[in-house]
Amino acid sequence: MTDKRIDEATNTETMGHEWDGIEELNTPLPRWWLYTFYACIAFAVGYAVVYPSVPLIHEGTHGSFGWTSRGEYAAEKKAEAAQRAPMLAALAKTPIEDLPKNPDLTRQAVAGGRAAFKVNCVQCHGAGAAGSVGYPNLNDDDWLWGGSLTDIQQTLTHGIRYPGDDQTRTSLMPSFGHDKILTPAQVQDAASFVRSLSGLEPKGAAAQRGAEIFATNCVACHGPDAKGGRQFGAPNLTDRIWLYGGSREQVVGSITNAHAGVMPAWGQRLDPVTIKMLAAYVHSLGGGEAFAAPTPVAK
Amino acid sequence: MVSLNPQGQPTRKQRPLPSALKPKPQSGLYEKKQPVFPRKIDGRFRRLKWGVMAVCLAIYYLTPWLRWNRGPYAPDQAVLIDLAHRRFYMFSIEIWPQEFYFVAGLLIMAGIGLFLVTSAVGRAWCGYACPQTVWTDLFQHIDRWFDGDRNAQIRLANAPWTAGKLARRLSKWSLYLLVNVATGGAWIFYFADAPTLAHQVFTGTAPAIAYSTIAVLAGTTLWLGGFMREQVCVYMCPWPRIQSAMLDEKSLIVTYKDWRGEPRGKSSGGDCVDCNLCAAVCPTGIDIRDGAQIGCITCALCIDACDGVMAKTGRPRGLIDYATLEDSEKERAGAPPTSHAKLIWHARTLIYLGLWSAIGCALLFALGTREHLAISVAKDRNPPFMLMSDGAIRNAYLVKWRNMEDRPRPMRLTLDGIPGARMWSEEMGKAQATRQLTRTIPADQTEPLRIYVIAPAGTAQQPLGFTLTATDAQGGTVRYDTRFDAPEGGQ
Ligand code: SF4
Ligand code: SF4
Repeated sequence: MTDKRIDEATNTETMGHEWDGIEELNTPLPRWWLYTFYACIAFAVGYAVVYPSVPLIHEGTHGSFGWTSRGEYAAEKKAEAAQRAPMLAALAKTPIEDLPKNPDLTRQAVAGGRAAFKVNCVQCHGAGAAGSVGYPNLNDDDWLWGGSLTDIQQTLTHGIRYPGDDQTRTSLMPSFGHDKILTPAQVQDAASFVRSLSGLEPKGAAAQRGAEIFATNCVACHGPDAKGGRQFGAPNLTDRIWLYGGSREQVVGSITNAHAGVMPAWGQRLDPVTIKMLAAYVHSLGGGEAFAAPTPVAK
Repeated sequence: MVSLNPQGQPTRKQRPLPSALKPKPQSGLYEKKQPVFPRKIDGRFRRLKWGVMAVCLAIYYLTPWLRWNRGPYAPDQAVLIDLAHRRFYMFSIEIWPQEFYFVAGLLIMAGIGLFLVTSAVGRAWCGYACPQTVWTDLFQHIDRWFDGDRNAQIRLANAPWTAGKLARRLSKWSLYLLVNVATGGAWIFYFADAPTLAHQVFTGTAPAIAYSTIAVLAGTTLWLGGFMREQVCVYMCPWPRIQSAMLDEKSLIVTYKDWRGEPRGKSSGGDCVDCNLCAAVCPTGIDIRDGAQIGCITCALCIDACDGVMAKTGRPRGLIDYATLEDSEKERAGAPPTSHAKLIWHARTLIYLGLWSAIGCALLFALGTREHLAISVAKDRNPPFMLMSDGAIRNAYLVKWRNMEDRPRPMRLTLDGIPGARMWSEEMGKAQATRQLTRTIPADQTEPLRIYVIAPAGTAQQPLGFTLTATDAQGGTVRYDTRFDAPEGGQ
């Protein structure tokens, strides 16, 4: 350690230490720099007082204005709801069949429906509404119970075969094999016929026999031309779309055991406006019937 | 890269400092700001500085008021940053967000432009065009206007706070305030229609963000230009550090020719009469005779000062002058000084100029050849394809038609590929499916349209293109290549 001295070349005081002949100049920082630092400290103290910051044993300090991130979130939610209120009110007033006359409202309904779908429907119908075996694909042009806005709204509200809703859509296919209405051989023949309708199998002898079985047992619901009927939600057996699969085993299984898929009556859980929005969204997926669907808004 | 000491020698032994305002040796970590009272000076560089200042301020204040006719569908302000609609208008150029590379290109050009200027004329940006310099200069003129020249200013600064001094200070600070508010106020006009906004500002109906922007910018102008001044250049701005690293022995810098000036003093033989005028006029408060230093912004006011002294004492001008280190060495050895015009052109300057021009030309070319329509297609991936009841396969796309002209344009969308495929939009229905759709896109708009493409049963996965053609006189075609998904191996 040497004593502090003034460096002659620069007229600056040294720090008073020296290593191997190298000394450090005591070049001062500007004072405003110091004041800026003090100002930052003051700001930090103020910040800690105003906002919740200091953790204590059971909970932290609350801050002088009681601000919380939850409170902020609640306020944002409230503001959002207030912003959406006019749209929801307009939607509540508009009968669903009049929706296509108001493209703007429809667009908003579709957007709302998309969000509601993500919460309530994707569990069965999938994120892209493409369904899976036993859960209908909502993008295609095949509708068991009808694909107009009103039909979809009805299905959504009351569900399908949903116990506890007396307006639910309902029908029952007999378990032809299980209940021994048909012998296993007859079931096989009927399956051959059904598959031949959509070109999955040639129309051989089995299919010929199956045609007769079909005429006596199935036409009541599926119709003489096997095109199905929406009154009973009976599938069209001549198209390429299979709710429970079109392979031989799957068709045989369907005839033997019968399926009776259930969809909840969402009217019991969701408000009518949400159901309207859901119907608009499902209708907009590309297969909606009876009305032209509107252009979606870009996101 | 060289050290900033132009002579390449150890710094001279400091003589007793002439000015009472020179920093005194002090202990402690923090130094009180030494106020700078630059003396008024006239000369060729001062007049150049006046000129540059006038041009800079004129550009800043007048640009938002220039009009530019873009027809009925677009704003008629020549330069407008329209944040709400995400457009940037600059005379005949209109930049969309996806064309932001133009802005990036301009920024790169600005960067290389600074290198170019530094390489050619040293820190001329700092000395003349930097906003900090321009506004500091402005405030220093205001000081002189209210308080008189250097000596009067020093006297007043040291005087006790009497009512008279307070009154003078308050009136000066009110003018400061006016300048600050005008500075902040001009900025907002770049972001909205200037006449409308001006009317709103004065009638108190402008949006809150306009007032807060004015307040923030007025505050920073007051702080940085009114009070921090040279402290910004020395302590806050990163650019002098970068520039110091970019200076080489071929860069023009302001140099005191000590081989000519020393020894100083009236009757000591050197040209420098030690009048100290060069230090008194310096806006950053340094003495250039100590050698090149970071506080020097090469404004050349000291050259003006010394040239005046040399004229009076009958010596040739240029004791302090723009010179390169290389040239200084030559001159020290007895060669005559090289002309500045010659010094500007050397390899580095030419390389920067070449680079700068190349980027400029590329941008101009891109600007001239860009299409004023665009298409983007987002394919539905969930589900990737849809089997219809008749076995046909349907894919869905969100097609964005973009009209970048300021008038509505008729456009046609056609399907490229998969001969049997047809498309329909949601407003149409499958029955009307076709291979080409037409619609008119409003001025300056992007219109999203959900498009369904259907292909016959058995179609395999393959490429699919959408072509968007403007069918007006101007024309233009853009294409987007995407894909058509189908079940594995057809069905
Ligand atoms: S202005 Fe010129 S003569 Fe006067 S002190 Fe500066 S260098 Fe010397
Ligand atoms: S030393 Fe001269 S050139 Fe440098 S800032 Fe001061 S007056 Fe300007």
